[in-house]
Amino acid sequence: MNVKLTGSAHRFSQNDDINTDYIISGRYKFKIDDMNELAKHVMEDISPDFAAKVHKGDFIVAGRNFGCGSSREQAPRALKAAGVSAVIARSYARIFYRSCFNVGLPLVECDTEWIKDGVVLTVDLDTGEVADPKTGMKVQAKPIPKTMQILLHDGGLIPHLKRHGDFALR
Amino acid sequence: MGKTIAEKVLASHTGLDCSTGEIVVASVDFCMSQDGTSTMMIRELESLGFKVPKTKNGMTIVIDHNSPCPSVDVAKIHTRIRDFAKVNGIPLHDVGEGICHQLVPESGKVLPGDLVVGADSHTCTYGALNACSTGLGSADVAAAAYTGKLWFKVPETYSIVVNGKMPRRVSAKDLVLDVIGSLTADGATYKSTEFVSETIDAMSMDGRFTIANMAVEMGAKFCPFEFDFKTAEWLSSRGLGSGAKVMSDHDATFEKRFDFDASDLVPKVAKPHAVDNVVDASVLAGTEIHQAFLGTCTNGRLSDLEAAAKLLKGKRVKSGVRLIVAPASRAVLAEAIDGGVYSALLKAGAVIVAPGCGPCVGTHAGIPGDGENVISTANRNFKGRMGNNKDVGIYLGSPETIAASALTGRITDPREV
Repeated sequence: MNVKLTGSAHRFSQNDDINTDYIISGRYKFKIDDMNELAKHVMEDISPDFAAKVHKGDFIVAGRNFGCGSSREQAPRALKAAGVSAVIARSYARIFYRSCFNVGLPLVECDTEWIKDGVVLTVDLDTGEVADPKTGMKVQAKPIPKTMQILLHDGGLIPHLKRHGDFALR
Repeated sequence: MGKTIAEKVLASHTGLDCSTGEIVVASVDFCMSQDGTSTMMIRELESLGFKVPKTKNGMTIVIDHNSPCPSVDVAKIHTRIRDFAKVNGIPLHDVGEGICHQLVPESGKVLPGDLVVGADSHTCTYGALNACSTGLGSADVAAAAYTGKLWFKVPETYSIVVNGKMPRRVSAKDLVLDVIGSLTADGATYKSTEFVSETIDAMSMDGRFTIANMAVEMGAKFCPFEFDFKTAEWLSSRGLGSGAKVMSDHDATFEKRFDFDASDLVPKVAKPHAVDNVVDASVLAGTEIHQAFLGTCTNGRLSDLEAAAKLLKGKRVKSGVRLIVAPASRAVLAEAIDGGVYSALLKAGAVIVAPGCGPCVGTHAGIPGDGENVISTANRNFKGRMGNNKDVGIYLGSPETIAASALTGRITDPREV
């Protein structure tokens, strides 16, 4: 997968504890099984025009505990289908964290207070550098754990199992 | 060096001496999914050429979130699930049987010492049975069903020590809301939490299920309770196995310890739109409510229905308030009928819907109107959670608080009715 990403940052009025209900509401996820259709409603409850604004390659930027709440895997899948190339947040909830790497959506963990809505960022998944080329601001993200790197490299958990026939996480 | 319950359960499922922070591949005893998460799991399993689950005690699928089916779109999803279950011989709990987190324990598929995963975040509920169980996404559960195992990071454990006798009309729900309000929505992320000491020893199994259920609302991975005579009695009275009990060692390493005193606990309510936005119920006295909901995997058990019925018996809910009740399972409903609880709720004006998730996730059976307030025994009050995000406020409380509030039409401390 591409390790050097470029895209615009999308921030929301809520910074911390953005839950998976907000990423994709139960109103849609229980009746729509097509991720491209679900992508049209992503983030709707806290940002009704997000789906129209987001472009392929863009980033979601947030504070603490992103993806808390429901285990719905539709959340990372719909974000990915909407074109989001990575989420950049201070921290993540556990189930969402695993599911993102399982479906091949990278998560970047770093200080995000300096990132303004709408700025163009570059993210290097190998080195962990998150930068705003226009201002020269940059931070070093926490290294992606080896297990998650392996899953990401293989394209997710199920492709990993298909490739190795078993867990090969060392 | 002593070990915690989480370390011991992962050790017994890997054959390794598990230490916190390590990544291990552990055998999984049982896995489950529900109608909102199954189709993604099914697609993954079919792509893997799945035949039978390799988990020791198999797997199950429960249709509970939209039950009975509310629309043609959902019907297609249910049909897909039923077809998959039939072709592969997977036990299916169909509409009206109840909520996954009630049916799985009732079926004896989770026993003390087990390691269980489910494609539903509240799978941590089974911790009440001295098991390590956790919610995951559909791909993880597919991987567990397909290989019979899964990778885990061995979690650190928080010890949550609760002493003191719970006052009248204060319940396990009030305690867990108090703990979540104190630790916050990410206060126990990645951790195993063990609730212990005299208040927990004195607590019913239903109360322990309520607490374990909500552990994920502070980010926890597991919430195993100690095994005691109540665990044994709960299992044996249902004719279920006894499992292999697991206790933390006295010299186990707990990353943190939190102390709570239950004797001065008061009824608590989580205000919109976050579960850790917790205040005393009395602070909200006067807040008008339009709907009251009693049920869910948090508080839809017989003792919850009984606690509400006790306050409602012989009275009528306030005119203009809709009281909706969804029993956690058919067994709970049958017991509620036999014991007179159903009749007391019905005569008080309750609408009793099918056993299942009811209106909790906003798909049917009680979607609130614009600008309304709902008081609910559920575990989540996120904006739009009950199907309408237009200025709807969801307040979370105990069955007693919901019943008292339904009687007055305002958020009410149940000690005042």
